This record gives sequence, structure tokens and C-alpha cells, in this order.
Amino acid sequence: MKFGIIVFPGSNCDIDCYHVLKDILKKDVEYVWHDTDNLDKYDCIVIPGGFSYGDYLRCGAVAQFSKAMEQVKVHASEGKLVIGICNGFQILTEAGLLPGALVRNKNLKFICDTVSLQVENTSTPFTNLCKEGQIIDIPIAHGEGNYVVDEDILENMKKNNQIIFTYKDNPNGSLLNIAGVCNENKNVIGMMPHPERASEALLGNSDGLVIFESIINYFEGGAKNE
Amino acid sequence: MKAKVYVTLKNSIADPQGNAIRGALNKKGFSNVEDVRIGKLIEIELGDITKEVAEKQLNEMCEKLLANTVIEKYEFEII
Repeated sequence: MKFGIIVFPGSNCDIDCYHVLKDILKKDVEYVWHDTDNLDKYDCIVIPGGFSYGDYLRCGAVAQFSKAMEQVKVHASEGKLVIGICNGFQILTEAGLLPGALVRNKNLKFICDTVSLQVENTSTPFTNLCKEGQIIDIPIAHGEGNYVVDEDILENMKKNNQIIFTYKDNPNGSLLNIAGVCNENKNVIGMMPHPERASEALLGNSDGLVIFESIINYFEGGAKNE
Repeated sequence: MKAKVYVTLKNSIADPQGNAIRGALNKKGFSNVEDVRIGKLIEIELGDITKEVAEKQLNEMCEKLLANTVIEKYEFEII
């Protein structure tokens, strides 16, 4: 399988994602510049954290109009995987690929911390190696991570098990402690915490690896596990 | 033709910035202030077009980019 990491002007977690996928997990991965008009060769697209186009109007607002995002919509509609981390999550909500929106943290502060997440749904391509109710500690670094969504949409999301990660101790005011959600088809996920910053024992925390390993397992599982 | 576009959070969305400013105003002696909502004012120079075209364009601009209608509402005036 092959990963593609979209790089916007202002992305800054692209290199971390690349390092984890290439050097730690030994997978085939390429950077993809934001003006690409073809994502056919990738199985999973990573939309990394950072400040795409400076986040000038709203986080992710301008990035949704890039050529790459048009292709990400096509990619997602074909059932292939997309994972948006932090700014990537904000871009996916702005682009309408994920429900809801991310507004200013309740305490107005940019929060840089490691938080405990509960895995709420282990039957997605992104969490299939997690144990039911597993707690993972993952860093966050955001000023606009306060998840909001209309009530009727939230009801549908609950019914369809689209809430994937929740904070044990809500840092930013998110509705229902939501830290990560997926779309109805479960092939597009967005999360504010940064698993790529917690994927190497050498750096003190490898709780995030399970997410990338789940994606790989989803594509290659049978062969790899034997 | 010029336009002023006002983008504000929907009433159902909490406004932490507005709450902070309300607190500050209360402390400054404006104890009657009950609520503050913060939004954006966007001024746009539209060039030489008719009012009808301007309205159509502004609606499209707001829906597509200037406001995120999941959380924000917008209004505009053409000057």
C-alpha cells in the first residue's frame, strides 16, 4: 500500500508523518504538493497539521479550495482512506468531508499538552488494532479544537458510531468531549490530537502508532499478521 | 460598488471571545452589559457591477468561503 501526505503552504507536521510512515513503519510514502490533480496511486491520504495558507480567514477555510482537496474528495468518494490530523481535521470539516466544525478553545488559549483519549469505535480502518475502550495518550497543540455540530447531525453520528475518539478530561470545550470523528462511510477520519508525535519509543511515547498500524492492517492485515 | 459583509457565530454556538470581552466590560464598570458576540467585518471592493449581480456574488462568496455556515451566519450591505 502507498501513503500520500498532502503538503500545503504552511503545513508543518508533514515531515513528522513522513518519518513515522517511512522510517518507523517502513511503508511506501510520498509528499504530495497541494496543486496535484491526481491521487490515483495512493491508498491512504494524510492531511497533516500546521497552518495551511496561514489559516487567515478560518482554520482550513482556504485549503478546501486547493486542487489537492478536489482530488481528496474524489479519493474519498471511491472509498479510499483519508486521515486529517489537527489542521487536517479542520480542513476536512471545512471541505464538508466530515460533519461539524472546530471553533476557538473554550479558555481561548492555545493548548500544548498530552491528553488521554478513549477509543470509542474499534471497527474502523483507523482503529481496528485498538482494544475496546482502550485509552491512549496523545499530544494536542491547537487553539481551535473545540468541536461543535448541530444536534440532529450529532444524533445521526451517534447512531452510526462516527465518534471515534473522546477526551478523558476535556481540554478545549468540545461537545461530548469529542476529539475525533469519521464520516458515514468510515473511510474519512479527523482528529485534533497528533498520533505522529507519539509514535516512537525513543521520544517517550508510542501510543499513536496503533492508528497508523491499524491503517496498514486494514490494507495488508492478513498477510502481515501471518 | 462596495460591500460590507458581516460574519458572526450562530446564536447556538458559544462565543468564548465574546464572553471574555463581556467580563472585561463588566469589570470596567459597564455592569449592564449582558452579552457580547464577536464577529468579522469584511469590506469588499466589487468594481463596476450592478446591484443585482453584486448581491448574487456576495451570497455565493459567503456560502463558499467567507462564512462557515455550520457555525456562522452572514449578512451584507451594498454601499
